[in-house]
Amino acid sequence: MRYWFPYPLLSLSLFALWLLINQSISPGHILLGGMLGISWAWVMVNLQADRTRLRKFRRIAVLTGHVAIDVLRSNLAVMRVILRSGNRPVNSGFVTIDLSLRDDNALALLACILTATPGTAWLEFDRQTGVLMIHVLDLENGARWSDLIKRRYETPLKEIFE
Amino acid sequence: MSHLTDLPVWAAIPVCLLLLAGSAISLIGSIGLIRLKTFYGRLHAPTLSSSAGTILICLASMIAFAVLQNRWIFHEVLIVLFVILTTPVTLMLLGQAALYRDRIEGSTDVPRKTTGPEPDLSAIDI
Repeated sequence: MRYWFPYPLLSLSLFALWLLINQSISPGHILLGGMLGISWAWVMVNLQADRTRLRKFRRIAVLTGHVAIDVLRSNLAVMRVILRSGNRPVNSGFVTIDLSLRDDNALALLACILTATPGTAWLEFDRQTGVLMIHVLDLENGARWSDLIKRRYETPLKEIFE
Repeated sequence: MSHLTDLPVWAAIPVCLLLLAGSAISLIGSIGLIRLKTFYGRLHAPTLSSSAGTILICLASMIAFAVLQNRWIFHEVLIVLFVILTTPVTLMLLGQAALYRDRIEGSTDVPRKTTGPEPDLSAIDI
């Protein structure tokens, strides 16, 4: 079973993606999508991606909600900073955060979250020490930012992935 | 484009508002590119259009074509998903390049690398 379906979740999502792109559930598309989903999972075997099991689907829902709220709020905040930047110098700077998250997929997701919220940009992650450096556009308080990211994103991601 | 006139008024109003809001946000993002002074500050400005701008314009497109063609349109969801998944790649690449260059130049504004090898200065002709 593992041989034929090395990444079942990936195969399933590729299959769903194929049907969504073609907007049809005709037998031909189902067959083609299934074939593509299974064969692209074999390609992933050669890339040796980490295999993670998702757990705690309620945490995923809560995290998604938090991310949606944060994207909205940070969009407004960055707009304010840009529009005011004529009068007031922008107080931006680097923040380093000690992450205890090690799972590759979880880190990739964290990068997507931090990038999707304007105002924070992922710059550098040191795999050996687990120190993440981000750049924050409106820096009020460095410790507050690192606390916020650890509490709001890292803890739920750890629960979901590890 | 003439079929857009078939759009009923009750649908046209939210579509227009969403489109205008999305384009305004993208415009503010572009203004930010000019107004913010540092490279790292400028990294943040385009994320406005890649997050809120894209989402709002895709929402407008979803409503417009859902009403015009009388079915749910999912392509826009995929567009948003792909944009969110792929922007970190470019952003990290740009950020890393800028960091590397600033460190080579010995800029004091940029934090040093915590561990690992320092960039090899002798190999590079500045």
